[in-house]
Amino acid sequence: MVQVTLRVNGKEAELDLPGRALLIHALRDHLRLTGSHIGCDTSQCGACTVHVDGKAIKSCAMLAAEADGCEVTTIEGLGSDAALHPMQEAFRQHHGLQCGYCTPGMIMLALDMVARHGQLDEPTVREELDGNLCRCTGYQNIVSAILAGADAMAHV
Amino acid sequence: MTPEAPAIMAGTSFGRSVGRVEDARLVRGKGRYVDDIILPDQSYAAFVRSPYAHARLASIDTADALGRPGVIRIVTGADVAAAGLPPLPCGWMIHSTDGAPMKMGVRPMLAQDVVRYVGEPVAIVVADTRDLARDAAEAVLVDYEELDVTADCADALRDTTVQIHADIPGNRAFDWDIGNAAAVTDAFASAAHVVSLTLRNNRLIPNAIEPRAANAVWNAVDEQLTLYMAHQNPIGMRAFIAGYYGLAAEHKLRIVSPDVGGGFGSKAHNYPEELAIAFAAKLVDRPVKWTAERTESFLTDAHGRDHLTTAELALDSDGRFLALRVDTLANIGAYLSSSGALVPTYMYATMLSGQYVIPAIHCRVRAIYTNTCPVDAYRGAGRPEAAYVVERIVNVAAERIGLDQAEIRRRNFITDFPYQTPVVYEYDSGDYTRSLNEALALADYAGFPARQVEAAARGRLRGIGIAAYVEACGIGPSAKLAALGGGAGMWESAEVRVHPMGTVEVLTGAHSHGQGHQTTFAQVAADRFGVPIEKISVVQGDTDRIQAGTGTYGSRASVGMSATLRACDSIIAKGKAIVAHLIDVDLETVAFSDGIFSSSATNRTVAFAEMAYAAHTAAGFPTDQIEPGLVATSFFDPPNFTYPSGVYVCEVEIDPETGTTDVVAFSAADDFGTVANPMIVEGQVHGGVTQGIGQALWENARHDPDTAQLLTASFMDYGMPRAVSLPNYKLVFTPTPSPSNPLGMKGCGEAGAIGAPPAVINAICNALGVTHIDMPAAPETIWRLCQARMSS
Ligand code: FES
Ligand code: FES
Repeated sequence: MVQVTLRVNGKEAELDLPGRALLIHALRDHLRLTGSHIGCDTSQCGACTVHVDGKAIKSCAMLAAEADGCEVTTIEGLGSDAALHPMQEAFRQHHGLQCGYCTPGMIMLALDMVARHGQLDEPTVREELDGNLCRCTGYQNIVSAILAGADAMAHV
Repeated sequence: MTPEAPAIMAGTSFGRSVGRVEDARLVRGKGRYVDDIILPDQSYAAFVRSPYAHARLASIDTADALGRPGVIRIVTGADVAAAGLPPLPCGWMIHSTDGAPMKMGVRPMLAQDVVRYVGEPVAIVVADTRDLARDAAEAVLVDYEELDVTADCADALRDTTVQIHADIPGNRAFDWDIGNAAAVTDAFASAAHVVSLTLRNNRLIPNAIEPRAANAVWNAVDEQLTLYMAHQNPIGMRAFIAGYYGLAAEHKLRIVSPDVGGGFGSKAHNYPEELAIAFAAKLVDRPVKWTAERTESFLTDAHGRDHLTTAELALDSDGRFLALRVDTLANIGAYLSSSGALVPTYMYATMLSGQYVIPAIHCRVRAIYTNTCPVDAYRGAGRPEAAYVVERIVNVAAERIGLDQAEIRRRNFITDFPYQTPVVYEYDSGDYTRSLNEALALADYAGFPARQVEAAARGRLRGIGIAAYVEACGIGPSAKLAALGGGAGMWESAEVRVHPMGTVEVLTGAHSHGQGHQTTFAQVAADRFGVPIEKISVVQGDTDRIQAGTGTYGSRASVGMSATLRACDSIIAKGKAIVAHLIDVDLETVAFSDGIFSSSATNRTVAFAEMAYAAHTAAGFPTDQIEPGLVATSFFDPPNFTYPSGVYVCEVEIDPETGTTDVVAFSAADDFGTVANPMIVEGQVHGGVTQGIGQALWENARHDPDTAQLLTASFMDYGMPRAVSLPNYKLVFTPTPSPSNPLGMKGCGEAGAIGAPPAVINAICNALGVTHIDMPAAPETIWRLCQARMSS
């Protein structure tokens, strides 16, 4: 067992975990933040995408112990009960989700795109989505949502 | 058949792109999928699975695994046999042409003596944690004696040395046919042109991004079993698990499918794993949870398609179709899955008339066992295979006789409805010419030659392909399906509850796993009642709340929405009777529209919510004539299938240096009948078309021919469609309301996956100037064709 201290969505969490526990398991099973999902076992689908120290990472590709001392943001850390984050709102407005399983990962990745590129265009968004799979939407509305979300973020 | 006139939806929400009710929850990460649930005293299961495609189980040694800390129990086929649990059935009976019933290979819940595909479940380890269960599963020692294998249906038919089920010689489940062979032979004898084509419809892996999952808990005192499962038909599953398996009595079995992360058919079947988890929960008397890893999904979620087909089309000198002859080998995998016999027969051969008048059709289907994962319904289920045959051979014919691919279609379209095809189905409605015209306009078909020349100047081969599909959805009526071999009713139910304050619950057995029923079903009630959508909730996926249902698959939400409409109308009828007493007028004078009851006999009006309150206070009307309360139920059994159709135009550019294909434009004109919510329906087309392009270009379940190991068992090896490889699609709707349900709806979920593959392959053949290329049209194949062309 290893002792891991995380700051998740602004709250300190001390966890006692098996050494092999992945960050996604720490979040889902131990902190019960089940918005981040598991869609694969080869780090290919992106359903588990969260931010660690401000960067989007696949939380199935990181040991929880590696995140010790890190700042973690999950989908639950965005927006508030009263208001959605502009990127969440854009996914809703543009029908960027169907079953919703890939959605938290898509939104966390989208925020990372905005952070790195600022202004986004369609080819960039499509290129950047390479590590995130959606089986429902055909991506078209995810791309529109991300472009609109980035726009909305630039105007707040 | 007595078609009802489609109802006019006068309100403000039905037919509009109303934002989805479910999204506020899902974009916050507040969905509730099966794996999100952890029950008190939860234990975890891991499956021991066969690493071989065909082997005899010599022995299973569980001692080491069982001795590990935290391991609670190991369940094997011996436990299943001891409990007398029956093998998994196929839900459809097909008879061969000679009258013999199909031969169903015995499929136990956990393997007994022989394993027949890689990944077949052999044992379950139940332990305190997921990791302990997985580690212990690896410590179970199974002694396998390898047997010869076959993964390909043509090989399985030819090679009689591999016998997959001891009692099924030749590996043939059935040899079935449909249509009029003699009429086809006559027509071919007098034809001006005959074209033929052999093609493969590649095997696909559904890959919903949420893996299958189950969590079961047994209450021994009350003999109650609760099973959470990621399923498309939880309500229907109760009858099956209770009635067929007897794992609990029907009234004591609760099945819950909360949020489900995509299905595409793959979560509509009965699988051994979920049943085994329920069985294990009874044995250990603790909740047992299993969530598939992606590798398990690849190996064991029922695969789709996998046909090898030869087709011949006879035409007269004007290019009119005279007859179609089709011979198909369907690879059904190691066992006949739930709908494994239905998909390659009545979901496939019955669609071979396409959008065309073809006076004579005959199709033979041989269903062949192989050492592969069972094949079952996957988005489209039989209809994509049919559309691919028809739409490919039509283009081959067009090329042969020198007709434009649009013109040959136009010349042969069915124009009068209803239309009885030579292969069972009676098409309800459509305007195929309009869809073609609109698709061609959207795609700027006329401008293609100029674009081709421009592309050639850049060294690119540009091609354009048209595909016109028709499919059968909204399946029913139940009696007709039973006559064709079906084993379950094909209605849907809805219960509408109006509460005293005028809020509404719609409970339905239909199940949404991405389709947005919480929105569209609510739209029906919102319009009918004149109540804002915020005051309506749609309840699904829990047998404790919903009495009956048949689930969602085969684009059949129109059936449940029609039941919802009818239940709403019963509420309004009762409301009128109540209101007649409240305002003291004759019932015949009471009208209801936009949420207000009124009467020609008085100025007084009653709002819907007032009526609801009065229905519950029950003081303003005689309760010996009108019962208090406001609940209505409807079971809708549709009089006929619905027949969505459409025309797709795909444009590709091929780089002859690398053989890569870019889909540069894709236009779709779809007739889904009445469209409840264009935003949602467009989303369904986007998803379907993407899966269709995926099949045409990248997706392929490949097996090693010597070992029958699945070579494409991860997202690293299997070509999932990705955003970067896709264009934006252009869509238009060309609705003709269906007479098969009161809403005039047809269904939209599968269309894209049906129409897109032939559109893409027709475009590639057009670009390369070749007659045919098999799917997936991989860069290497295309590159070789380009090289051969350049050197010749
Ligand atoms: S679960 Fe992390 S990438 Fe798929
Ligand atoms: S919305 Fe279902 S996987 Fe993306």
